[in-house]
Amino acid sequence: MTNPLPDSFSASSLIGFRTLLHKEILRFWKVRFQTVAAPVLNAVLFLLIFSHVLDRKIGEIPYTAFLVPGLIMMSLLQNAFANSSSSLIQSKISGNIIFILLPPISCRVFYASYVLAALFRGLFVAVGVWLVSLFFVDLPMAHPIWALAFALLGGALLATFGMIAGIWSDKFDQLAAFQNFLIMPLTMLSGVFYSIHSLPPLWQKISHANPFFFMIDGFRYGFFGQSDTSPWLGLSVVGFCFLALAALTLVMLSRGYKLRG
Amino acid sequence: MPSAPAIRIAALTKRYGSLQALAGIDLDIAQGEFFGLLGPNGAGKTTLISALAGLVRADSGTLEVMGHNVVTDYRNARLKLGVVPQELVFDPFFTVREILRYQSGYYGIRGNDKWIEEVLSRLDLLPKANANMRTLSGGMKRRALVAQALVHRPPVIVLDEPTAGVDVELRQGLWQFIKELNAEGHTIVLTTHYLEEAEELCGRIAMMKTGRIVALDTTANLLSRFAAHSLEEMFMEVIRRD
Repeated sequence: MTNPLPDSFSASSLIGFRTLLHKEILRFWKVRFQTVAAPVLNAVLFLLIFSHVLDRKIGEIPYTAFLVPGLIMMSLLQNAFANSSSSLIQSKISGNIIFILLPPISCRVFYASYVLAALFRGLFVAVGVWLVSLFFVDLPMAHPIWALAFALLGGALLATFGMIAGIWSDKFDQLAAFQNFLIMPLTMLSGVFYSIHSLPPLWQKISHANPFFFMIDGFRYGFFGQSDTSPWLGLSVVGFCFLALAALTLVMLSRGYKLRG
Repeated sequence: MPSAPAIRIAALTKRYGSLQALAGIDLDIAQGEFFGLLGPNGAGKTTLISALAGLVRADSGTLEVMGHNVVTDYRNARLKLGVVPQELVFDPFFTVREILRYQSGYYGIRGNDKWIEEVLSRLDLLPKANANMRTLSGGMKRRALVAQALVHRPPVIVLDEPTAGVDVELRQGLWQFIKELNAEGHTIVLTTHYLEEAEELCGRIAMMKTGRIVALDTTANLLSRFAAHSLEEMFMEVIRRD
């Protein structure tokens, strides 16, 4: 049996990247009722309940319309985090991560495959929430490029954070702690359901320490052309957080932190 | 110029807290050998294999596969190595054929279906090729693990207790396949608790105990040196000694 390997590492890496990306996408797609349909339904339930209870306006924007971009972004972020983190912890606990650690897959390929697959899941869910919400509310789209920029960068940020959580956690309850005590509070307090201008000054300042606020606010700017803070500032904050976490993840992968004994 | 050994291990150490898992291992395994790595539980066999495969980072020493350092030249080293892990691990989302295609891709190989079909056939896995991994019996999962280790046709194949919990028929079929691979020039490194298998298959054997190699020679020489009638006798003798 002769060795059929490709001539160069760049060709090999590209095939490895496409394979790992495909596998990670198929992994969540095979259980799409759980990974895509259920989060869409959750977001729609939020929309129905809150829009029914709170029939008012945020500035000139009807509350239901104001709510939708926040729900879309919240779903995108939570699912991007859930995908990379759950995939890694399941692989670690079941032991099948060995099939990714044995081949010559570089840290960058490993990272890019997991983040992109998680971003795809987040975008699938986001598009699902957006399409369903069109039945309930007329949504403008003032600056689609801004919306897309925040969706991609925010999704990549949470996918990266999911990788860190998945690598660091040894047990499912540790990962659940990330979700319950970090992701969920930061999301709920980010302005998904309200404008921070409705908050007391102290809480407005505290909100500016929450990167999720900038992601939601910037994404909402893409729809309405109005935001609580400058979208450029938001993009800078989100971009900085993404670069910092990406660098940390690559260091963890290159050192084999909690992956290679 | 003589060819590099299939595996070269020099002054290898690894410690887990207070446990010295590997305490200075030196070992060369020539290309084409059928080599046995034996020892009681906790001797360090799996740690040694894991270090070779890059799953564990050694504290000191060097490891090479076909002349490629497993740390500084890890890409080439891993391309040359196929490992069948001891644990029955599998990805429950995919079928046998899917995992073999994915495993090929991880090694940078596209269009590997012809070889995949051959491996499936030689391991009697074809009837289960489209079955989800979680539906397979333990023996079938073991075969799938062997198939995964072979998708990139590595010249060096490490089998960490490949017949644990496997029925006699599969064991016979598996060894026939492995012997054919060895006859084709592949280096085989085997750990097993079935000492009669090691005695029959391995040309050379290393006995490990508490992270050290305590005996290393051809199978015949080892039996002769310990005045033993079987590897089992020799094994027990080595275990009894301090």
